[in-house]
Amino acid sequence: MIAFDRVSVTYPGAAAPALENVSLAIEEGHLALVIGATGAGKSTLLRCVNGLVPHFSGGRLNGTVTVDGRSTEQYRPRDLADAVGYVGQDPDATFVADTVEDELAYAMENLGVDSAAMRRRVEDVLDTLNLHALRQRAIATLSGGQRQRVAIGAAFTAAPRALVLDEPTSSLDPVSAEEVLASLARLVHDQGTTILVAEHRLERIVQFADFVVEIGAGPGDLRTGTPAAIFATAELAPPVVLLARVAGWSPLPLSVRDARRQAPELRQRLEASVRLAAPASRGDRVATVKGLTAAYGPVPALADVTLDFHEGEVVAVMGRNGAGKSTLLHHLVGLRRAQRGSVEVLGRAPAALSAPEAIRLVGLVPQDPGALLCAETVAAECRDGDRDGGLAPGTTRSVLESLVGDICGDAHPKDLSEGQRLALALAVVLAPEPPLLLLDEPTRGLDYGAKERLSRQLRQLAARGHCVVVATHDVELVAEVADRVVVLADGEAITDGPARSVVCHSAGLAPQVARILAPAEWLTVEEVATALAARPPGHRTTP
Amino acid sequence: MLRTRLQPLHPIAWWCWAGALAVAASRTTNPLLLGLILAAVAWVVTTRRSDSPWGRSFGALMRLGFVVVVIRVLVQVLFGDRVPGATWFTLPSIPLPSWAAGVTIGGPVTVQAVIGALCEGLQIAVILACFGAANSLASSFRLLRCVPAGLYEVAVAVSVAISFTPQVVLSTARVRDARRLRGRATSGLKGWRGLAVPVLDGALERSVALAASMDARGFGRRSTSPGRRRATAAATLTGLVGLGIGLFELLDSGSASGIGLAVILVGGALVIGGLLTAPHGSRSRYRPDRWHVAEWLVVAAGLAAVAGVVAAGNNNPNALFQPLYPLALPAGPAIALAGILLATLPSAIAPTPARTRLQEAVT
Repeated sequence: MIAFDRVSVTYPGAAAPALENVSLAIEEGHLALVIGATGAGKSTLLRCVNGLVPHFSGGRLNGTVTVDGRSTEQYRPRDLADAVGYVGQDPDATFVADTVEDELAYAMENLGVDSAAMRRRVEDVLDTLNLHALRQRAIATLSGGQRQRVAIGAAFTAAPRALVLDEPTSSLDPVSAEEVLASLARLVHDQGTTILVAEHRLERIVQFADFVVEIGAGPGDLRTGTPAAIFATAELAPPVVLLARVAGWSPLPLSVRDARRQAPELRQRLEASVRLAAPASRGDRVATVKGLTAAYGPVPALADVTLDFHEGEVVAVMGRNGAGKSTLLHHLVGLRRAQRGSVEVLGRAPAALSAPEAIRLVGLVPQDPGALLCAETVAAECRDGDRDGGLAPGTTRSVLESLVGDICGDAHPKDLSEGQRLALALAVVLAPEPPLLLLDEPTRGLDYGAKERLSRQLRQLAARGHCVVVATHDVELVAEVADRVVVLADGEAITDGPARSVVCHSAGLAPQVARILAPAEWLTVEEVATALAARPPGHRTTP
Repeated sequence: MLRTRLQPLHPIAWWCWAGALAVAASRTTNPLLLGLILAAVAWVVTTRRSDSPWGRSFGALMRLGFVVVVIRVLVQVLFGDRVPGATWFTLPSIPLPSWAAGVTIGGPVTVQAVIGALCEGLQIAVILACFGAANSLASSFRLLRCVPAGLYEVAVAVSVAISFTPQVVLSTARVRDARRLRGRATSGLKGWRGLAVPVLDGALERSVALAASMDARGFGRRSTSPGRRRATAAATLTGLVGLGIGLFELLDSGSASGIGLAVILVGGALVIGGLLTAPHGSRSRYRPDRWHVAEWLVVAAGLAAVAGVVAAGNNNPNALFQPLYPLALPAGPAIALAGILLATLPSAIAPTPARTRLQEAVT
């Protein structure tokens, strides 16, 4: 269905090719997953399929890409609209119409599909993607998961034989992500659509994949094969696979369901082992939120939230898209003034402080860390950071180096990898040494390696006495770093407790390891590995 | 109910109705009639608008109208002509140099001056409310979907621009937040300079993503030559501008001069020619809005208000204005009242919009 024959892509002005010598073939009716570190060329590969590279992006493409027997050499993206649907990374930027129905019909209008067929097709897609109740809604009023499904529908109404998606669940909460992935699975199973999808959160999607394309770090380093074959050795792998490697399971399970069948033996081995890491004693109180209530116009965002934050702890704030997580962080950092209730950081209300005073008290890394960076080079960004905070020259730079080692000072912040850009934003925020550090959805777009580095950095910061608050959908990150979890639902804090007991007993928030080993409360692969190493396999003692 | 179909009323019918009420309002400064027109518009809007974001534009324009009234009265009080009549209060007057003759600041303020300004401000506010009503009842997106094939590309550009504006507002707010998070100024000249570049940068990235998505969905896939397409679009647009200028002259002076008539004729010919010869390409249209009996009735209801007001003016020209010398209660001409009452008819004959739950994506 989709075939790449010795494809290399070089963007204009780039020193090295973005893709080199890629050959692969994806069969009809397969869901193919593209994995690779950030910047490995996943998006470029996807955009080659419908000819956006090179027709739209510029640059040079050697070799041939064929879709449904048509080569992108002769056909432009618009001529391939009936063969390939493409859904980009940010669905919000791609909507043309204002209501769901009109957006779905847009591609068919361009293709000149006749009126009756169009009606039929729109109804089909509304049913397939479970959008029926939303048909006349304005897109601006939909939630993130609903918008993503509309974007998929809009690409799918023209009845393409193949669908290409770039990180479709990266900004979604676990439940919305499952909805989107279930829709994709339905397209593959019921309609025989070929799907090519790039995704970082492998734990969500691996079980649906029929075929995996792994783009390695080196030039021309590309492996393809069945999920079981690729993940037996792949460096980027979801926790279920890592756990299977630790436990020595074979065949390799790819879903929680498969893993649970093999888990009883491991649960038994772990039963007797000692639980590590007793909950640390709490440090001094850093911030207090009392009876905080906030609303956007008539829409309530936070309702009577009362929380304490302490020195040396990592608190994860979880909840659906729109549950009020970001609003809570914005109040803590003083971007919004409390309408009712109070917010205090070390006894002072952050909203009442001037900007230079506030950054010494509390720092926030926003959802898009790039928004904080506006200088031309990394070195200039660090100098600006020193100036903004009134710090000794070189402070920000040394914080950055302690986070990620050496970064080329001449690089443009936009050219850094996602992980490096996050580290730069983190360094800028950390340089004035605020006792309270907030991160909003920090793992969006990060690969497993970068995520692991981030977890380590956050633990170190907590150990040095900072209070770290992370608003996130990423249950695996929470399992790695959080001491405490606060769950918000429709603006109310419904749960506030130790991370282990909160996430292990939640249907939606449990990480894969917890699901596999339930009812035992294990959170991470590392934990299990340490416990197993302390107690060699086969050796059991009676308590 | 005249029909049970799901599809909402044709957007052009709503715009005609609202336009007719605006014309009726523009003919009178009688506060009683203006108030009634406003009430009629508000009644129809509350019963027939959808609860999508654009449904709120009526409220926004009502607020803008209130501001207009306040400004109009303030300007009259501070800088207005000395209108004769009973002096209400006197402001200290500031003498101006001789080159500013004709402009006065302060001085005695009469009751007549304030009431006259109030009525004129109200007239503008009602016209604004009519515009807001049209936006609330039929979104500009739906109106743009009705343009003829020859102007399709212009319509796409306009609708993209409309949806772009709120996004720019959002991204400006985001960049301001980011500046504060870095401990920098968010206001003043320095603050604004720091805002512009990242906001434009973000807007550019968005447009590229939008263009890619449109391209991937077959936009611009046509068989006709681009040259011919552009020529017909240009002819149609030029014709429309000509028609507009001609009509303005006609309405402004009440009678068309020779040149005005010629402009209208040439403009009309260009528009019709452009639309007839426009290449339809291979595009089709999803659920095009159709014109039924209800659409005719809604337009007629709007015209009834105009007819009532005009007829009342023919019977007694003074009935359309607030009597100032002597001050008295405004007249209530029966025929105008009846016309405006008829204009509320759409609240019964237009199809009810699908009520949807308004759910903001709060993040």
